[in-house]
Amino acid sequence: MRRLEHAFADSQRETALVAYLTAGYPNLDETVNLVDAACAAGADIIELGAPFSDPLGDGPVIQATTQQALRAGVTVAATLDLVAKVRATGNDVPIMLMGYCNPFLRYGLPKLFADAASAGADGFIVPDLPATESSDWLVEAERHNLGQVFFAAPGSSPERLRRTAQKSRGFLYCLADNGVTGVRDRLADGLDAYLARVRAAATTPVAVGFGISRPEHVAALRGKVDGVIVGSALLKRIGAATTWQQRIAETTALIGELKEACR
Amino acid sequence: MSGWFGGYGGQFVAETLVAPLEELEAAYQKAQASEEFLGELDDLLNRFIGRPTPLTRLRRLGVETNGCTLWLKREDLTHTGAHKINNAIGQALLARRIGKQRIIAETGAGQHGVAVAAACAHLQLDATIYMGRVDAERQAPNVQRMELLGAEVRLVDNGTATLKDAINEAIRDWIAHPDSTHYLLGSVVGPHPFPTIVRGFQSVIGREARQQFQDAVGGLPDAVVACVGGGSNSVGMFSAFLDDPVRLVGIQAAGEGLGPGGRHAAPLLYGEPGVLQGTRTYLLQDDDGQILLTHSVAPGLDYPGVGPEHSHFKDTGRVEYRTASDDQALSTFALLSRAEGIIPALESAHAVAGALELAEELPSGSNILVNLSGRGDKDLVSALAALRERDGADR
Ligand SMILES: Cc1ncc(COP(=O)(O)O)c(C=O)c1O
Repeated sequence: MRRLEHAFADSQRETALVAYLTAGYPNLDETVNLVDAACAAGADIIELGAPFSDPLGDGPVIQATTQQALRAGVTVAATLDLVAKVRATGNDVPIMLMGYCNPFLRYGLPKLFADAASAGADGFIVPDLPATESSDWLVEAERHNLGQVFFAAPGSSPERLRRTAQKSRGFLYCLADNGVTGVRDRLADGLDAYLARVRAAATTPVAVGFGISRPEHVAALRGKVDGVIVGSALLKRIGAATTWQQRIAETTALIGELKEACR
Repeated sequence: MSGWFGGYGGQFVAETLVAPLEELEAAYQKAQASEEFLGELDDLLNRFIGRPTPLTRLRRLGVETNGCTLWLKREDLTHTGAHKINNAIGQALLARRIGKQRIIAETGAGQHGVAVAAACAHLQLDATIYMGRVDAERQAPNVQRMELLGAEVRLVDNGTATLKDAINEAIRDWIAHPDSTHYLLGSVVGPHPFPTIVRGFQSVIGREARQQFQDAVGGLPDAVVACVGGGSNSVGMFSAFLDDPVRLVGIQAAGEGLGPGGRHAAPLLYGEPGVLQGTRTYLLQDDDGQILLTHSVAPGLDYPGVGPEHSHFKDTGRVEYRTASDDQALSTFALLSRAEGIIPALESAHAVAGALELAEELPSGSNILVNLSGRGDKDLVSALAALRERDGADR
């Protein structure tokens, strides 16, 4: 939790930038380099996706990357190894593990949290785990002092927002719009009013994701949220590149532009 | 409504779906207490669906094996040809009350899709149906029916392009349109409150069958048998007998018939608990928790999970779960047609095959009630081709 808290410490002056990468995309070794490139270009937090066969919250871009990782045999254990490898390079940026319930449950929650803590991960983001089903997870998160991030949706009632935000450890993930992950041209209508509702309900830092793809989006959110999360836009750029050097260059370029808009 | 069946069930969904699920639960509870709703549903069940469906006593099968009598609950005789319509019309009526004009649904065998398309046409709602491309190919007549009934059919190429993948796409659609759209889920699977709502609308099967059996024979059957894909026709049937001294037997798809090592769709026999598509239940999964590919000749049974209430019944032992293979189902498809004049859906043929095995184990004179969940028109092309391939020139 210490690294996470630190990442949001100055967020009113400079929005924290969260970069999503899929573990093992395009392969495990390259993911380590992409994480380093993203951090060097200004990413404040890394969200590292562990692949799942049925990613219900993801659109085509992220689905394609997790499918490729799965075909290469990337598992939860391999994802945890990847975190340890990133830490071995001296990188101290917070790393949140994103993944769906089933692979994590199969690994076993007590072992998962213990191994995540010793690998140097900072917590979990689980899109099919609402706060109301999370008591076993929260016990482990507290024991290991790790984050456990829950979500706010545009349709969440004020009471629900308040209770979810209260349980969320590290930050609250505010879904910018209905729908699955994916690149969107513009921010959703009514986003400001919704963000104000979330803000009023939450004492934890709030990071907004889903559809955030351009510097204009990030600039429009400055001062209204503590963090912005970019995923599909980054993976799309990486996927369009044909060599590892280009993939690093695309990551550096996009993260650099987005970070610029955070300031 | 708790949403839990022992340690199974729950609501493992994206936050976006929590509000529409809560709205659905509240609307269902209100509807259950509304005479107007129940009256309208009853009227539709009688005059549109054709309920009550008859209970048919078989003349040869079972009697000839071991002097047992098989009684078929004829859900194949409902409008659109399977039990799926009981739930489709109920939920469509509910959606109209909530004020949702757009309906989405998944379908495997196409029976649920056809039922939703018909219910929506009847109630003037807009239907979009997701169907795996593989299923669309093996159940082509049902695709034509859905389109004729005015539904938009969206083919799904992801994964194995079967039922699970169609459910994934329907859920993604719902996440994108939670305010305007009702997801009309076709079985007792998925997040709370679906397992409870779908059971509620399917329980008419068991209520009718129990009464019909008492009227025809007096007393209770010795065993009740149904096939278990997602588990809705079976839960609908079993729900009337849970407190009776009656053996309840669910038949899952053994596919190639090679046990856990072969290709099959029998999570209750060969799976382990996990979370998929919103619910905690028995699943076919690998050591990393990835969902495994399934296989059954019956598209409606070709699914790696099962309704959470069945997982609970398995653990408590209230229901016994067995299997029938592709081979047994195909043989029974042909046998029931010739011996009794009833062409069953391949899904339902699994139930009859399981009942015939049970008949050999039960004392002579036993009565076995079998839910014939649907008719086989949709399967003619694929079943006849499979039989020809299997039996070669000697047919
Ligand atoms: C005729 C028929 N029987 C059974 C099933 C299996 O579903 P459930 O187990 O929910 O009854 C289907 C599903 O498509 C079906 O069409």
